[in-house]
Amino acid sequence: MKIIVCIKQVPDTKGGVKFNPDGTLDRGAMLAIMNPDDKAGLEAALRLKDQYGAEVTVLTMGLPKATDVLREAIAMGADKGILVTDRVLGGADTWATSTTIAGAIRNLEYDLIITGRQAIDGDTAQVGPQIAEHLGLPVISYAQDIKVEGDKVIVQRQYDDRYHVLEAKMPCLITALSELNEPRYMTPGGIFDAFQAEITTWGRADLKDVDDANLGLAGSPTKIAKASDKVRKGAGEKVVPDSPDEAVSYIVGKLKEKHVI
Amino acid sequence: MNLEEYKGVFVFAQQVDNEISGIAFELLGKAKELAAPLSTDVTAVLIGSDVKNLADQLAEYGADRVIVVDDPQLKDYRTEPYAHALASVINEYKPEIVLVGATAIGRDLGPTVSARVATGLTADCTVLEIGDFPLVAIPGKEDQQKHNQLLMTRPAFGGNTIATIACPNNRPQMATVRPGVMQKIEPIKGAKANVVEFNPGFEPNDRYVTIKEVVKAVSDTVDIMDAKILVSGGRGVGTPENFKLLEDLAEVLGGTVSCSRAVVDSGWKPKDLQVGQTGKTVRPNVYFAIGISGAIQHVAGMEESDIIIAINKDEDAPIFDVADYGIVGDLNKIVPQLTAQLKTEIANK
Repeated sequence: MKIIVCIKQVPDTKGGVKFNPDGTLDRGAMLAIMNPDDKAGLEAALRLKDQYGAEVTVLTMGLPKATDVLREAIAMGADKGILVTDRVLGGADTWATSTTIAGAIRNLEYDLIITGRQAIDGDTAQVGPQIAEHLGLPVISYAQDIKVEGDKVIVQRQYDDRYHVLEAKMPCLITALSELNEPRYMTPGGIFDAFQAEITTWGRADLKDVDDANLGLAGSPTKIAKASDKVRKGAGEKVVPDSPDEAVSYIVGKLKEKHVI
Repeated sequence: MNLEEYKGVFVFAQQVDNEISGIAFELLGKAKELAAPLSTDVTAVLIGSDVKNLADQLAEYGADRVIVVDDPQLKDYRTEPYAHALASVINEYKPEIVLVGATAIGRDLGPTVSARVATGLTADCTVLEIGDFPLVAIPGKEDQQKHNQLLMTRPAFGGNTIATIACPNNRPQMATVRPGVMQKIEPIKGAKANVVEFNPGFEPNDRYVTIKEVVKAVSDTVDIMDAKILVSGGRGVGTPENFKLLEDLAEVLGGTVSCSRAVVDSGWKPKDLQVGQTGKTVRPNVYFAIGISGAIQHVAGMEESDIIIAINKDEDAPIFDVADYGIVGDLNKIVPQLTAQLKTEIANK
């Protein structure tokens, strides 16, 4: 079985958010990590590899430094890494990104494509389903459990108040939730392999069956009209009461003042 | 693409088990606001099996017209038949705006349909308005500024930044909106829908996945999005048993208990009680954040609450940056005493 896992290098917004003195986001100071949902997708692929035997290829689109997450994936047990990078691909929205990644995947053989549900920088959850649409594949989003039976996948698809057990014929695309599993650590041998591994780098010319009009900033239907760091409403009062009694009368006082009670 | 051909504001009227989801009504409320400056009308797109009888409800909440796609293939949500239904409606009726709920269904359907009809989609919008793009005309290129565009504002980077996005050269302009963000209108009692039936034909192929089983979560709790008072607990509550303190407080106030992601990840509470970026967006009258540190992902889901009261023993917890009233102290001592005091206050009223 051949599995492609799409991963993204993202700034670590969890806990590691750093601000400049003027209150804007200091992106340079934030750690770049493998997107958590993508890592769960990779772990799911590696478990299928452990169970049934599979070749796992990780693919990312980004700046050259995104090879870091490809090497991390190889250190965890992936077999090959592909970086799609080109100046003309920069500034892509989800439509142009999914068009690019689909163009790269058309060069590869696969039974299964796994992406994370969403990346923690954009939070759109769009690129996975859109890749499937461009490739004409069945898509199963929000996977919380993945099994393979013959040429089919059996997936638990999460909804707000339920899950569906879905069966789809491969090839298909699955988007993974970080709840899916606990990703493994890199192994010392894996880190050594990853350091040695050759990363394939593709540019615009390597993308198959894509139109320039659908790539990069110019090929993105959505355009940013305005971007700013979010203005938060700011802190109100903070008290450090000497006793629980004092705390309680403070809260009760406020609830009365605001006519809650 | 002749952009002028595209008219009207369309809403994907999500239904589950033949019950219309609240988000559909919320989107209709917003659609009405958007339709006014565009001098156009609002159409709900109702997709399912045996759903035609639900159309009048959509009229009550502001739909001028309801396009019904009714087919046995559409009984439970599956990406392919639903995407085929919605994309076919778009190709046939050419709306200028399509709004979809940012639910577990809409966040799958939206991207698939937008890719199929080759347009942009802006996810999880918090503000939608009609305006100009660019916002300010470029001097000397005033004639290139486009008017009557849908301006879609959304948070990114885990809620740290906010961007306003337009889709000036493609139609329809598509957006998803999270439940709880837009306001529904006061229902127009007895409104009758102008129903248009449309069926593009459904021929199953490999992209139609098979549903082998539907497993519903058993939940008798109130939806936290409807609660006026939420008593929300985080990892600082300590143990699942200790949530009893919060439940007692909620009961006295007629509120509901919710929680942070850490609590769900630890298996203390079910996912449907989770507030935050990967949980639900809530805007109650009062939000108690108890033992919640206030990670940015959590704050993104509750900062619109009218009054935020935080209790935390860590003086530097980020939750105090958004709380209206912050109390530094031990929740184990404060909460039970607060419950007892409120009981007395309310009894004496």
